[in-house]
This record gives sequence, C-alpha cells and structure tokens, in this order.
Amino acid sequence: MKSYMLPEFNVYRDLERCVSCQVCVNQCTYMVHYYDEEEDLVKSREENCVGCLRCAMLCPTKALKIVPNPTSYRENHHWTRESISAIKVQAESGGVILTGMGCDKPQYTYWDRIVLNASQVTNPSIDPLREPMEIRTFLGKKPKELSIEAGSGRYSLTTELSPQLKLEMPIMFTAISYGAVSFNVHESLAMAASESGTYFNTGEGGLDRRLYRYGDHAIVQVASGRFGVDPSYLEVGAAVEIKIGQGAKPGIGGHLPGEKVSREISRTRMIPKGTDALSPAPQHDIYSIEDLSQLIYAIKEATGYAKPVSVKIAAVHNSAAIASGIVRAGADIIALDGIRGSTGAAPKIIRDNVGIPIELALASVDQRLRDEGIRNEASLVVAGGVRNSADVVKAIALGADAVYIGTAALIAIGCTVCQKCYMGRCPWGIATTDPWISKRVNPLIASKRLSNLLRAWSLEIKEMMGGMGINSIESLRGNREMLRGVGLTDKELSILGVRHAGE
Amino acid sequence: MRVSNLCGGVNALGSRVRRIDEGFFEVDAGGLRYKELNTILRILDRRRIHRVRLINVEGQRYIGTGLRNISEIEVHGTPGNDMGAFMKGLKITVYGNAQDGCGNTMSSGEIIIHGSAGDILGYAMRGGKIMVKGDIGYRGGIHMKEYHNLKPIIVVGGSAGDFLGEYMAGGIIALLGLNLDGGSAHEARYVGTGMHGGVIYIHGEVRHKGGEVVELDLERGDRIVLEGLVMEFSRNFDMDPEEILDREYYKLLPFSKRPYGQLYAY
Repeated sequence: MKSYMLPEFNVYRDLERCVSCQVCVNQCTYMVHYYDEEEDLVKSREENCVGCLRCAMLCPTKALKIVPNPTSYRENHHWTRESISAIKVQAESGGVILTGMGCDKPQYTYWDRIVLNASQVTNPSIDPLREPMEIRTFLGKKPKELSIEAGSGRYSLTTELSPQLKLEMPIMFTAISYGAVSFNVHESLAMAASESGTYFNTGEGGLDRRLYRYGDHAIVQVASGRFGVDPSYLEVGAAVEIKIGQGAKPGIGGHLPGEKVSREISRTRMIPKGTDALSPAPQHDIYSIEDLSQLIYAIKEATGYAKPVSVKIAAVHNSAAIASGIVRAGADIIALDGIRGSTGAAPKIIRDNVGIPIELALASVDQRLRDEGIRNEASLVVAGGVRNSADVVKAIALGADAVYIGTAALIAIGCTVCQKCYMGRCPWGIATTDPWISKRVNPLIASKRLSNLLRAWSLEIKEMMGGMGINSIESLRGNREMLRGVGLTDKELSILGVRHAGE
Repeated sequence: MRVSNLCGGVNALGSRVRRIDEGFFEVDAGGLRYKELNTILRILDRRRIHRVRLINVEGQRYIGTGLRNISEIEVHGTPGNDMGAFMKGLKITVYGNAQDGCGNTMSSGEIIIHGSAGDILGYAMRGGKIMVKGDIGYRGGIHMKEYHNLKPIIVVGGSAGDFLGEYMAGGIIALLGLNLDGGSAHEARYVGTGMHGGVIYIHGEVRHKGGEVVELDLERGDRIVLEGLVMEFSRNFDMDPEEILDREYYKLLPFSKRPYGQLYAY
C-alpha cells in the first residue's frame, strides 16, 4: 500500500561543512544517513528520521540541521497534523498507535499555574549557604505518638518504629524496568542512587544479579507478571513496591515483545528467552482492597516485616478513596503516578486521554488522608512529569513526601524525548537492549550526570525553602499556604487547596 | 532443648510447641493469628528444625512463606490463603483442603494437597510441584513460567475452574479428571487463554478453550512425562497409577510464543 505520510523532519546537510566522515551513518540507528560511494557523499532518507538529534550533536563539523518538516497540512486547529497523521497510519496498518515517554499535551500541567511564596520583611528568609537546611526525608509509616522512657539521665524511645527509607533529598528514580532500558542505564541509576543517598526503582522487570550490590538503594517492584520475583529479590531490596497501575497507561498492562527478551533479559525476568513478557493490567490475586492487603502482608511475611511496602497506582478519578483503602490495607508508602507519567511503550490514545493530572490527585489524596486521620500511616510519593526542582517543591507543599523522577533522569543521561522508546532502537543507548547501541551509555559518566542533577536540584530546593523562611522539609510538607494559583478556577483552587495569587 | 525456651520472646506461644523427635516439632495452631503462627515457624526455622507438624490449622495465611531451613511441614486442618507464597525449597503436605493463592509466586519446593484447592493455584510459579488430589478453583497455573533449569508442575486429580493456565509461559499442568463420569466434561472455560509457553495435559473435554491454544494428541515424549507425573501423583495419594494411565489424554499447546504480536501499527 502506498504510504501517504509526510516525513516528520527534514535533514539539512551543509555540504561545505560535511567531510563525509560518516559519524552520522554510524550513529543513526534508524538508517537515516547513508554513504553514497559513487558520489562520495553522505545522504539522508529523511522519512526515517525521528528527530532524536544524535547525529546533529555528534557531527564533528556541525554540518547537520534537523528541522521539523515545514510542509504540512493546511492549518486547522481541530484537524491538526497529529490527528491527520494518526488516521493515515491506522488506515495503512490497522493497528494501535504506540508511543513512548509521557503525555505531551499542554492542558494537564498545573505546576506552571502555581507559584511559590518568599519572605519579605515580616519574617526573615534563611540563607542556605550559611545555615543548615534539612531536606533529608524518611518514607514509611509514622507513629501517631512517641513514648519516651526516662531513666537515670538517659532517654530511650519505647515506641516501636516501622521500617523507613532514608533519602538525602526528597527525590528518587522512578520504576524503569531492565528491558525497557538497557543494563547500562539500570546500572547508572543504581550507582547514582547509591552515591546520592536515595533510591532507584527496579520496575517490574527484575533486578540483574550484577546489581544486587546496590540492593540497599533499590526499591524492587512486584507486578502482575511477577518477573524476576523470588525470595532473594525481595530480600535484596530496601523496599518492595506492588505495581497496580502506571500513569502513562492506567488500566492497561505491560508487554515486552518477545524479540526484546534476550538471554540476559530472560535471566533477569526469569522467563523463557524469546517469549512475550506479558504483564496484564490486573493482578489476578488482587480484585479488592482486601486482596491487596493479602499481597502486602504476603510480602511482609516473606521479608520478616523489615521493609516498607509501597503500592503504586495511576492517578484516576477516585484516587483519594482508593488511596484511603491502600493505607488501610497496610501499605507503608503510596506512589501516585499522574497522567503525564512516562513509559517505554503505551498506546498513544491511552497515554494522552486516561488518568488525571498528578497535582490534582496529590492534593485530593493528601487532603482525604488528613481528613480521615491516617495521613501518618503512609508516605506519599508522586510521579508523572516532574521537570525541575520547583515542581518538587510545589509537590511537597501540596502534600507529597517525595517525588519520583523518570524522564528527567533519562534526559540527564542523554534522552531528547523523541518519544520512540517503543522501537527499541534508541540512538542514545537508553531505551534499547541492543548490546551494540547500549554501549553508548557509560555508567560511570551517566551516574555522574544523574548525581549532578540531584545535587543541583537539592541546592535549588534549599534556596527556595530558604526564601520562604523554612529550614526543614518537614515544615514545607503540605504547607499549601506557600502556594498560590494563577489563572485557575475556583473549583481547581478548592481541589488544590490553595488560594489565588493576590489573596 | 526445653520447649518453653524455644520461643524466647514469645513465651505465651511456647506452650503451643511440642517436640516429637530430634528436629521434628508439632505446633498447635488452634486459635492463633497468622502472624503468631508464622512467628513460631520463623523461630523454629532459625533453630534449623527440619520438620514441623501443624495441627488444628484454622485458615491461617502465608504458611511456609519466608522460611529457609525447615524442609517439611505437615498441615492438619485448613490452611488459609497464600500458603507457600514466595516459597523456596520446602515441602508442604496438607491433610485437608487448601484455599486461594496456594503456591503464589513460588520458586521451588513441593505442595501436596490431600483435598481440593481454591483459586489462582500456583500464580506465577516458576519452579517446584503442586499436586492436588481433588479439584482446583479458577485461574489455576496463571502466569506459570519456566526458566533456566526450573520447570513448574501442577497435577490436579479432579477438575479445574475457568481460565486454567491463563497467560501460561512454561511448565506443565496435568488435569487428570479422575472424578469425571464417563463422557462428562470439565466445567472449565477459557482454558489456556493468553497461553504462550508450556503444555497442559488433559483427560476429558473442557467446555471452552482459549483462542491461543491448539489441541493435539500426545507424542511419545509426552507419554513419558505424563507417566512420571502420574506415578508420583499415585504414590502421594496412594492410588493405582495403571488405572489412571489407562485413559485417554490430549494436550494443549500455544500457537505462538508471541500471542499479541500483531496489535500495533508499528
């Protein structure tokens, strides 16, 4: 069938600069660039280009320009290029359109319509360069009260504390499975989490034996397919997370295609080589809050009640009620993933239309747990499109204990958000299991980039807190007085629990 | 070793434990909460006790979970849900019925049930054996997968509920249908839905099969495997293997290791 698709990008090669070194030919995994021996020229098949910019960034003479194709359909706000192209693709293939990364639609971002406060005159701001600022965070169930025994000048705590995760900054690396990303990326995340005193989440694809030494900084995930889940996996992690849902694709499951299940992936997931790794939406032992409780306590029994158990859900319409049930089911941590949450592969129609923005879900869950007097029973971790330290500060002021970052971490490694993760050919060596391509990520360098990012954000968080006159992250948590909305409706403000700017 | 010392910090539970022989203890589970019972088991486990008999079991969950050293548990009564969850290298024999989630995500070991078992038997198990003398509930063997030198096996003497072997990615399920009258069929529907690995041996028709499986006659290799399993089954439950083997069997195999490969545009 003749394809009526226009190339998404144009590749412009400055022939005065190009020296036919063929770096672009070697780097492009989509076979865009090729060398024409007869003419001694490098040429392009631009219909293959995904706009990842690998070639442009590595071209030694800066001879390449990748430009969105200006030839497009007649301008139409309703029938956009995206909607017309989608129909053409489906008319030609009859299939579901896949995509990678998080939702790219502007209408769901509330972070940008919330601003932060700063002290002026009436209370002093704090200079974080001079004074201690506490951003260390503990995740897990907190006691309602503490009882302390005094005896001969010594005091001891008699309340039995639940197991906690200790984070040096309220930021963790979100669930990204080995299989969706390369081993090198998993190792980079593990190394950076260990170096920076935080945690990485294995995702549902198991933990490679070579990374067991980073187990103290791993949150190991258990999902419906139970990939790689055995007693040693539960034992090695610092916490266990039950994955119910994911922000990028609430209500649907995961599916690692058989061709990606190499020998190594098969070993880590503990499944046969070359078969589809199916992780359906429901865990068939969980049909209710009672069943969820059963799995939570199965994990606690298996790990001797020594580790916090987290439950991850996608933010959907009744998140607050669901979260209340999760707390009552015995979870120590709730992870909430919003509509902008990222993925290695999801049907585009699901990614862009199912779920709710994390800001609204977070505010309503935090409020509901407070109203019910059970907010201390579990920590709240949010994920889904956190782009910078201001998003982190706003999330904490809305009630989160910590955030998970995924896309931001991958961007730190090299990702350019071209949204083609599902192709498995990521030219940056990230979303691929191809050993040749994945060598492009050097774990030593990538983990340094990740640690730098965490350091930079931590410094910025301290600056913002200092500006508000707050020297401990505890005083920022759920402190919505530090937030104001801009251009939001009364309803939005009431759900967020913040006042409008100027009030 | 004095029994009252055995439970150290949990003295109240110590009276529940009775030494029968060297390395063999009996625990009276009557009226205990699951956490209390499993605490006793973990203490015995740390003392490297090999064999434990549980009596008066009244639906306590997670029996056999998180143990490392105990190699054999006898359960008298009715164990609760998730018996043997995440289990590794242990043998549990139940003289009664088991409930839901038996052998959930187990890695290795053996579960022998002298009665029937509930739903999701052997969820995502990747090694070991489960043998049930009677019937099992819905979704038996769901997500079962084999890996490396591990091959999970479920043998059911009676019949099974719907979705037997759903999403199965390896291992063996044998449904012997010993309680079927001549000519009657298993009630199970959607058998092998989403299956993409492993094999299901069945005696007797099932009401409905999943779209991902194909029905085939046994080959010589299958016969040998089935014979071995039936011999073991009959030994466990004191039955005559000849009688069981002297019946018709067929097998269900998945069409493909990639059941859902054709769904996407690119």
